[in-house]
Amino acid sequence: MDARQQPTTVVSRRTLLQYSLGTAAVASMAAACSASTSGGGGAGGGEGGSLTFMATQFNPVEERQKYEAVLKQYAPGVAFNPVDQAVFSTTIKSQVAAGKVQIHFVGGLHGDLAPFSDQLEDLSSLAAELQDKGYAKDLLDLAKLGGTQTKYIPWIQASYVVAVNKKALQWLPSGADVNNLTYDQYLAWAKAAKEGSGGKAVFGIPAGPKGLHHRFYQGFLLPSFTGGQITTFMNADAVTAWTYMKNLWQYMNPASTNYDFMQEPLARGEVLVAWDHVARLVGAVGDKPDDWTMVAAPSGPKGLGYLLVVGGMAIPKGAPDRDKTIAAIKSLSTPEAQNATLKSNAFFPTVKADPPSDLPPAIQMEAKAVAAQQSAENAILALPPVGLGAKDGEVGQLYKNCFQEICLNGKDVQATLQAQGQQLNAILADLKVPCWPPDPVQPGQVCKAM
Amino acid sequence: MTAAPASTVAPPPAMPTRARRRRTPALWLIAPSIVFMTLMFAYPMLVGIGEAFTGPDGFTLEHIQRMVADPYFWPAVRNTALLIVVLIPLQFVLALTMALMLRAKPRFSGLYFFLWAVPLAVSDLAAGLVWLAVFTDQGYLNSVLADLHLPTFSWLNYQNYGTMFLTVVIAELWRATALVFVILVAGLQSIPKDYEEAAAVFGAGTWASLRYVTLPLLRPSLQVALILRTILAFQTFAVAQALTGQNFPLIVGETYRWSTALQNPNVASAIALVVMLASMITAVFYLRLLRDQSEAKT
Repeated sequence: MDARQQPTTVVSRRTLLQYSLGTAAVASMAAACSASTSGGGGAGGGEGGSLTFMATQFNPVEERQKYEAVLKQYAPGVAFNPVDQAVFSTTIKSQVAAGKVQIHFVGGLHGDLAPFSDQLEDLSSLAAELQDKGYAKDLLDLAKLGGTQTKYIPWIQASYVVAVNKKALQWLPSGADVNNLTYDQYLAWAKAAKEGSGGKAVFGIPAGPKGLHHRFYQGFLLPSFTGGQITTFMNADAVTAWTYMKNLWQYMNPASTNYDFMQEPLARGEVLVAWDHVARLVGAVGDKPDDWTMVAAPSGPKGLGYLLVVGGMAIPKGAPDRDKTIAAIKSLSTPEAQNATLKSNAFFPTVKADPPSDLPPAIQMEAKAVAAQQSAENAILALPPVGLGAKDGEVGQLYKNCFQEICLNGKDVQATLQAQGQQLNAILADLKVPCWPPDPVQPGQVCKAM
Repeated sequence: MTAAPASTVAPPPAMPTRARRRRTPALWLIAPSIVFMTLMFAYPMLVGIGEAFTGPDGFTLEHIQRMVADPYFWPAVRNTALLIVVLIPLQFVLALTMALMLRAKPRFSGLYFFLWAVPLAVSDLAAGLVWLAVFTDQGYLNSVLADLHLPTFSWLNYQNYGTMFLTVVIAELWRATALVFVILVAGLQSIPKDYEEAAAVFGAGTWASLRYVTLPLLRPSLQVALILRTILAFQTFAVAQALTGQNFPLIVGETYRWSTALQNPNVASAIALVVMLASMITAVFYLRLLRDQSEAKT
């Protein structure tokens, strides 16, 4: 209002300033945009514009920037577009159904891709070409999504390991090898550690609201004790497993119910031994790698159950520029590109790749633990639930409910498993999905908790 | 409560015309609010009720059963009720004391008002995180205790329900008392000092003057604050979420969890219905209380 009453010279000077500011902003924005979309376009590859790579991974802005740097170096001309799972599903579904596919290739976890078996191109010939890269047989089998054709090329993998502060090794039970523990030894160790540190429990589990402890039950505890994840949910072995968990909980730091990422309490020294996702343990080590070691998860009566998180790259049916896309997938499947992803985003190579020497110490330790876990003789491969889509959260919650009821509320184990198992069956019956490893995979048969 | 704006529309001045003509401008005047209410309240509410009671095969009570069977539901109901019962009286006593202290016009009263009103501007979650920094195991409170060579305590440990509840009450008291305080200050400002002076002339002490003069005059403000604060208290959750995560579930937090983390809009709607019913019942209860008193006075 004041400005309108001012002499015109002032107004014009102010307007001029505004215009010049605006122009500068537009110019810098334009520069930024062109840099991100056609970034490195001149370096080869992206002749006729860029390839769109839509993925469910690396969504947080920091991870996204790190992965974009990897793409810029190894697959120039690829525009990375991380989205959440719901957007991912609807985009693939609607674009393929409309016959107007605009994304060139997609990247998601096994469970993200599994529902789209019919909407993804057959990549068997590409898989055959890439055979010499040394993919694990498990991964290649998974990539068929239960059928005969390869539907994705393994892209990234990760798992969960146990981080150990070397201070805790003093309480390790005699005769136990920290790299090769059984669940009984793990329990005895936790007990001795609590007694040894004056009644303060130093073992932890990420049981906070955003913690991933349900993955521990799904992929580690239950497969190790029961050999299954869903089909054995309510049986006698499962009762043993949860009774074990209840015992173990007595020797765990009760503040665990507030821990989302174990690296934080580990770095603070509140917890000395903890299981978590590799990406959520990296920060624990910090600048004192000599104080830490990372080990494989313990093994139980049925073997060493471990959860494998594997992601793949796939091409939706009818996607444009297939040749260029395949070239991009190939260059992302080189050991160099895979090692770069490991270094920047802490996801491990799916191809055979010697770990680079300049790897951060935390990731180096994790690489060793992951490899030990995967190559153990009694290893039982488990996957996060496959084909549940939006219900994944609810199913995970049922496992968390078991923990809540059995360990925190002191409810009866058998009754709790029955109650949660019924909910689980209701969800599975609605979705009509077949089982996934470690449960026997039988396409067409609905998975059921027993 | 939501019908209030409609009822404030005064009838147009009587004109020597037919009743039909007279009604039309009134309709035009309330039409925007009717359209607004239908679009923003009635429609989402009906959709919500639909979500809570329908499944793939039509009407179902399955979602209600899942809600009731959830191990967090009843603790959430209990915690929410307990929080309201403990928190609201405390907040009113505190806000009233603060407002009366300001009425005495101490030095820097403007500054005090500003400082006491600050929490109004702080987001729930931010307030929760600030208090988390205070109460967490290696937070400020425990650091101070350790410095004084006193034993530290896990305030937010799931086993210590009492201290967990206490921390949520303290944080909520800090965050939400400002709202009551501002309403009461506004109410006090509209009461002329003459009444109190008259009471003093007739020999009423501070207490009697407060009890028989100020509080009755303040009743409308108290009622508004009470209704607003109780309904908002049903919606509290960000503070408890930040402080205690899932250890101290509150009912709106459960709606949020079912809707975002568990991606189940049906059960989320069922829980939201519980919140709505509870809010409606309390609102009707307060309104009735209000009407009874005004009738008793006339």
